[in-house]
Amino acid sequence: MKMQWSRNKYIYLMLLPVVVYYVVFMYLPMYGLQIAFKDFSPAKGIWGSAWVGFDHFKSFYESYYFWRLIRNTLLISLYELVFGFPAPVILALLLNEIRSRYFKNIVQSITYLPHFISVVVVSGMMIDFLSSDGIINQLTGLFGIQPLSFLILPEWFRSVYVSSGIWQGVGWGSIIYLAAISGIDPSLYEAAKSDGAGRFRQIWHITVPGIMPTIMIMLILRFGTLMAGGSMEKILLLYNSTTYETADVISTFVYRRGLLQMDYGFSAAIGLFNNILNFILLVAANKFSRKINNTSLW
Amino acid sequence: MKPRVPIREQVFDVANTLLMLILVVITLYPFLYVLFASFSNPADLIQHRGLLLAPTGFSLESYKLVFENPMISIGYFNTLIYVVGGTALNLAMTSFAAYALSRRGVKLIGPVMFGIVFTMFFSGGLIPTYLNMKNLGLLDNRWAMILPSAISTWNLLVMRTSFASIPMALEESARIDGANDFKILFRIFIPVSLPIMAVMTLFYGVGHWNSYMDALIYLRTRDLYPLQLVLQEILITNSTDSMMSSVADVDKGLITETIKYATIIVATVPILLLYPFLQRYFVKGVMLGSIKE
Repeated sequence: MKMQWSRNKYIYLMLLPVVVYYVVFMYLPMYGLQIAFKDFSPAKGIWGSAWVGFDHFKSFYESYYFWRLIRNTLLISLYELVFGFPAPVILALLLNEIRSRYFKNIVQSITYLPHFISVVVVSGMMIDFLSSDGIINQLTGLFGIQPLSFLILPEWFRSVYVSSGIWQGVGWGSIIYLAAISGIDPSLYEAAKSDGAGRFRQIWHITVPGIMPTIMIMLILRFGTLMAGGSMEKILLLYNSTTYETADVISTFVYRRGLLQMDYGFSAAIGLFNNILNFILLVAANKFSRKINNTSLW
Repeated sequence: MKPRVPIREQVFDVANTLLMLILVVITLYPFLYVLFASFSNPADLIQHRGLLLAPTGFSLESYKLVFENPMISIGYFNTLIYVVGGTALNLAMTSFAAYALSRRGVKLIGPVMFGIVFTMFFSGGLIPTYLNMKNLGLLDNRWAMILPSAISTWNLLVMRTSFASIPMALEESARIDGANDFKILFRIFIPVSLPIMAVMTLFYGVGHWNSYMDALIYLRTRDLYPLQLVLQEILITNSTDSMMSSVADVDKGLITETIKYATIIVATVPILLLYPFLQRYFVKGVMLGSIKE
């Protein structure tokens, strides 16, 4: 018994800073989550503040922005799911059909590039391009279309957010499907060819079924993030008070209410509410994925 | 005789190639536009309508103003500190964790592993995390840019999988020669996992370079700002005035635009220069992540 500990002492020594890290930076905040049930004041501290039970949750639920936040959060994720999810799958299928290796490599290198550009730079470029005298409006102006200030129009926010997300992520997202395609047994294609199957039938009957397990895993994992509502960073950079109607999601609301207005207890409660929804969705998605594919996040 | 390619497949090939070309243009052109615009003469650019296929006029004025801006050099300097320091800490912590967690038959590893993976599913969230940093005295402190992101659990799992696949035999002979776990990690595991270490260095390094949210939340003093936060001021909140103290009022409106473009280029060039290397290793990293399990 004793030997186990002394033989592995260096392993425990390595584990020590790791455990300290997770306790201090991940689990202490979870302990701090109790302020969601308290009338938190920084002067009194987490322990000293009085309990208020579910008051914060109740006033959140009863507030006029509750349904707006839920709707915006869900819709941003749904848009990303409906338009953003198929894009890399389609790109991978098309890339796989390119006959010239050289051309394929070039297309891949170029489409992966935007993934590495920071969200601040991408957002800055979008704000510039989409402004009322920006390049987009200059181009649509050539066709006699009146200029639009896209980023102050609530009805444009989701489209702008999701399409720029596809622009930035489609190439990168296709890697995993290309990897899956490269794992398909080439003899299947040979057999299909000798049976006289053309390219379309090969794509439909061999490539697509071959990557279906990967598609399913990615899809299920995506369902786990339905209540995450996109990237808080990017929304914070792109939205403004004129677009809150469609752009404000739970995470950005928590940021404003908590960090800018310092309403800590209330915003921690909203954050907790969102985290619990995320947790349930993620665990469910993971369970489901393990059931049908024998694959899960861990 | 070559089998004849059916007409509709030829059409498909042409259409597919065209589509890919369009995609390439859509992906690349925004960067080219920014590049051309940054070298343009501000007065000409404001007159210009539509796409740019080259700079209109030529001026280095905006680059001069960008380089003269003290915030840009402060941001660059801070970002370098955060990238180098942060990545070094990331690599040390992640390899310790990956090594320890890939060991079999060691007590407590299971519960620790569960505790770590759990954080991928649930977290304290923004506000409690912020208050925790405040309690720790890390607000407005350089460490706030490094410590909270010391380990990415996802990267840890990828590295652990890679460590777990190293043959036992390598390690056993070293153990017979009296090597302890630190020696085995540094002399065997890390040297045979150099590709994955490269992937991790790049994942973490680019992450720090592009990191923005932590700085926004935790830093107040401008002298500590990383480049991304300086960029946010220039690109998003539109404060280019500080850069233009030497510019006459009438020209300010003109040059604001080109300053933005030049700033984007200056802040993105390091990533673009590294990109050919990045690309190779990043792709490898995605593959490693996906074959996990």
